[in-house]
Amino acid sequence: MAAITEPGLASEAAPAAASVPRRSLNLARYRDLSLVPVLLVLALIGFIVSPAFLTSANLLGVAQQSTELSLLVLGEALILVVGKMDLSLESTIGVAPVIAMWLVLPSHGGRFQGLGALPTWTAIPVCLLVGALIGAVNGFLILKLRLNGFIVTLGALTMLRGLQVAISQGQSIVEVPNSFLYLGETSWLGAPAAVWICLVLFAVGGAALAWLRHGRALYAIGGNAEAARTAGIRVDRITWTVLIIGSVLAAFAGVLYTGHYGSVSADQGSGWIFQVFAATVIGGVSLNGGKGTLFGALTGVLTLQLVVNVMTLAGVPPLWNQFLNGLIIIVALIISRYASGEKQE
Amino acid sequence: MADTAQAPAAQAVATVPVVEAAGITKRFGATVALRDAKIAIDPGESHALVGRNGAGKSTLVSVLTGIQQPDTGTLSFSGKPAPAFGDTDAWRSRVACVYQRSTVIGGLTVAENLFLNRQSEGGFRPIRWKALRARAEALLAEYGVDVSPTARIADLTVEQRQFVEIARALSFGARFIILDEPTAKLDARGIERLFTKLRGLQEQGVAFLFISHHLQEVYELCTRVTVYRDARHILTAPVEGLGHDALVEAMTGESSAADPVAAAAASRPRTVGSQPVLEVRGLTLPGVYTDLSLTVQAGEVVGLAGATASGNVQLGETVAGLHRPRAGQLAVRGRTVRLGDIPAALAAGIGFVPEDRHLQGLVPERSVAENATLTVTDQLGPFGTVLPSRTRDFARRMIEDLDIKTPDAATPVSALSGGNQQKVVVARALATEPELVVAIRPTNGVDIKSKEFLLGRFRRHAEQGRAALIVSDELDDLRTCDRVVTMFHGRIAAEYPAGWTDEQLVAAMEGIAGTGHPTQPRPTDLTDTTETEHERDTKGPRHGGHH
Repeated sequence: MAAITEPGLASEAAPAAASVPRRSLNLARYRDLSLVPVLLVLALIGFIVSPAFLTSANLLGVAQQSTELSLLVLGEALILVVGKMDLSLESTIGVAPVIAMWLVLPSHGGRFQGLGALPTWTAIPVCLLVGALIGAVNGFLILKLRLNGFIVTLGALTMLRGLQVAISQGQSIVEVPNSFLYLGETSWLGAPAAVWICLVLFAVGGAALAWLRHGRALYAIGGNAEAARTAGIRVDRITWTVLIIGSVLAAFAGVLYTGHYGSVSADQGSGWIFQVFAATVIGGVSLNGGKGTLFGALTGVLTLQLVVNVMTLAGVPPLWNQFLNGLIIIVALIISRYASGEKQE
Repeated sequence: MADTAQAPAAQAVATVPVVEAAGITKRFGATVALRDAKIAIDPGESHALVGRNGAGKSTLVSVLTGIQQPDTGTLSFSGKPAPAFGDTDAWRSRVACVYQRSTVIGGLTVAENLFLNRQSEGGFRPIRWKALRARAEALLAEYGVDVSPTARIADLTVEQRQFVEIARALSFGARFIILDEPTAKLDARGIERLFTKLRGLQEQGVAFLFISHHLQEVYELCTRVTVYRDARHILTAPVEGLGHDALVEAMTGESSAADPVAAAAASRPRTVGSQPVLEVRGLTLPGVYTDLSLTVQAGEVVGLAGATASGNVQLGETVAGLHRPRAGQLAVRGRTVRLGDIPAALAAGIGFVPEDRHLQGLVPERSVAENATLTVTDQLGPFGTVLPSRTRDFARRMIEDLDIKTPDAATPVSALSGGNQQKVVVARALATEPELVVAIRPTNGVDIKSKEFLLGRFRRHAEQGRAALIVSDELDDLRTCDRVVTMFHGRIAAEYPAGWTDEQLVAAMEGIAGTGHPTQPRPTDLTDTTETEHERDTKGPRHGGHH
């Protein structure tokens, strides 16, 4: 009945366990930077394939192209961090401007017949309000009626797209008031205003997630909602707020998009949700909630946009774009998985 | 340590209880969860609350922590009435609860978890991370928790997480903490460290309500015990002088004098000599265990004991085909089994009760019948079909065989109590009529009655000329085994025939052969109680069978 004694092993085990957290903490910190090398490589390829790549015109063009998508990504990243999903963002970007136009444009004279119910200057506030309303309704269905968020927003996606088609009669709206176009078409300090606005919104959002209690609450809720509740966090209220913010951002992206192209196009935002999810996830935001940063999400958007730009400059036939877009998503996922060292499931 | 443990009991007359509940009744629809229940805990006391599943313990915890409002009854903290229902901050400054389920957030750092939702003074004040870390460090140091505030919770051990949770609870100013099965996920060494910490906090005047299924721990840590049964308060008594049998009797409402498990172990028929049921030769899983050999004979129940990192669980899982070892051989009744192949292991006659029934054992939304027959769907109809009638019949047999308390075979398994869920998992393992059943911590989170039943069921299985391998660090599980093989750091440390003492086995699991270990009789002041404890243990009928 002799037992083998190994006291040495027992005493060594404790310090070894203590040193583990520090190492993986560093890895977790770099996780949000995992796409930066990818961006650099893309820039290098762009520089090699075309002299036009590294010009301010081209780069600002890419930046402006990214603004609308990046606002959706900003909203979706917040929603994913809090542990929910919102597919309807891609319809909100189209339907919110259309409803705003419908309410402010005169009932006769133009090709598109509005109601003329509100003065023209209210176009942007109304558009944002529509966004808030959409977010609030989604939140009500998900949080109060406890419906499945994925399916609720899938329904909202289809329904809102249908609403846009019904109101706009499937046409683009070209007689847009100048106040509505201004932000999307003007330039400040030599760069499109939309780019500045996006940068500011990302900075504000990033700072709120890093330094505000309510921002940190998003990670707590997404990480373990039950634990957050016991810590006194108002889980439903915060989640609801985040859903509303996401939809407002999508509506605002609609304002920028409309200004950028000078009209509300009938299929504005259609099919974007795949890109939104791809950018957010390759940027290191977890689909399971509780993980990721806005900076990471932003690098995700830039990666996707830069690939398209480099490919266009390299003369890749546009018919291959879709294929390559999908490919880059998978490649970026693999890179971010190994750069962060964490399984994504 | 005994002085501090006994002092509060002596002062009890003079001091106001830190919490006192009386006449508490709580109904949920038609079911009565608590009926005129009461409890009183003195400052600095370590009070145990025991009872079988459904006795009303969880409801009492909800009432004491302000999560549920009782229908009737009074509740006071340190003589003052309980705060208004819903005033979270007020409740938290009086009582804290460390739940069975972890309430810290894995992705965030220790510092942030400690001050979750109060990282800064106001909602729009930015968080000063450096100051927050310093505060966390001070808080951890105050309670002697050796964890870095910048570590992520996900990277900590279960035990460290619990310490963080306890520190967080105390930081709200509460001097009364409820521990709901804190030891369920700890190994023996972790439990010992937890207890040391709790005794230290007790000296600082913190009172505990300790909820556990392990009576041994109650004797080790607590000064008084309250027993609940069928939603009622049964008794409150000092632990000292309350016999093991009396306690079990209070919990179950029946005398445990005739212990069926031990009786079965006593009259065990042995069919040694024939082909061994399981033969393991030189198994090696790098980093987990090395060159392991083990033989299980027909008619035998073998215990495989070991602490968390010993590799005993992984060895059990390897036998069931969950891991593919780098080297070694595994044979059932002399026939070699392909390693790392679960269907092959099943076909060879190995039944498996996994460690975590929620993660690996059950499909919660599906019926008892479906869950119980998951391993035998090929026997339930011709040409790959699964006939509902046959499934039902098969399930009914299993329900009867294992005494599963369920309204119907079609009831979703999630509606059953923990003990009955575990029985469904065991049913699933036994459904294939395996030569060998490998059960990993088969009685984890199971009430004492179901525990005895399950262990007895494994014994019956072995008596039919088959065998059982029980992988556990639970002394109660191992006591019913014919012999216990202990592992330490991936190797077999020792083997004991039935009749070992707790010290021997715990020491072997800790890799120490009986000298100078904390679980050994503690310093002079406690030796008295420890000795009586062992007298009780060795005299008990549970042990009588082995001698």
